[in-house]
Amino acid sequence: MERFDFVEIKVPAKAEYVGVVRLTMSGIANRMGFSYEAIEDLKVAVSEAITNAVSHAYNEKEQGEITIGFGIYEDHIEIMIADHGGSFNLTEVKNGTGPYKNTEPVETLREGGFGLFLIEALMDDVKINNNYGVIVLMTKYVSEKEVDIDDDQVSTTQ
Amino acid sequence: MNLTMNVIEENEKSILNVSGEIDAYTAPKLKETLLPLTKEEEKTVEVNLENVNYMDSTGLGVFISALKSAKESNSKLTLVNLQDRVLRIFEITGLDDIIDIRAAIRGGNE
Repeated sequence: MERFDFVEIKVPAKAEYVGVVRLTMSGIANRMGFSYEAIEDLKVAVSEAITNAVSHAYNEKEQGEITIGFGIYEDHIEIMIADHGGSFNLTEVKNGTGPYKNTEPVETLREGGFGLFLIEALMDDVKINNNYGVIVLMTKYVSEKEVDIDDDQVSTTQ
Repeated sequence: MNLTMNVIEENEKSILNVSGEIDAYTAPKLKETLLPLTKEEEKTVEVNLENVNYMDSTGLGVFISALKSAKESNSKLTLVNLQDRVLRIFEITGLDDIIDIRAAIRGGNE
């Protein structure tokens, strides 16, 4: 099995800790040699996943914790974000995401629902497990392999 | 990891200068300041994002509700001086076609 270092942190499911995890993400990605651009992508993706978990916990009126695991490999990072609240309907969430078409009237614009879309656009691979709470597993490679913003080839089905 | 804002009122224009990071924690603060500005009739609301070095989808949500609110009061919402990273979030989501954005100042920025 490929060797890797593992860093795990737990934070309260509160919005004020999103920035704390983002700083940690930035530190690890910098240490691994990710480009400036890629580090910014990772910061957004991690923040989106934690924001989802935080708002989920908030809706459930429970004061939970979010666990974030960073699997640090030679050429890529795997990030696991787990909330331990109830599960959500993934199909419903996925249907509510996507880029805008400029033909849509302003009145019908959604104010949410880009979180998952951004994660998929910015990471190389994204998997979501919905069995016990919600676990988002995302991967990004250190190499210059950049996911084009027009490509949405990333799959969440596994 | 904080957000600071100040508002400059001119005749038919409100300028909101924002600096810091826009995320789940700070977005409600931004919304609280921005929304009332867009509720004034027939104004231009200009949001200067020059010093915003991080924004995620929580910021998009705020700007969408500000845009809706501005339309309702026949006002105009414009975002100016976006850093590349912030602009990219609008581009990926296609929102740069819907919101009036005067993008980044390149080079001359200190």
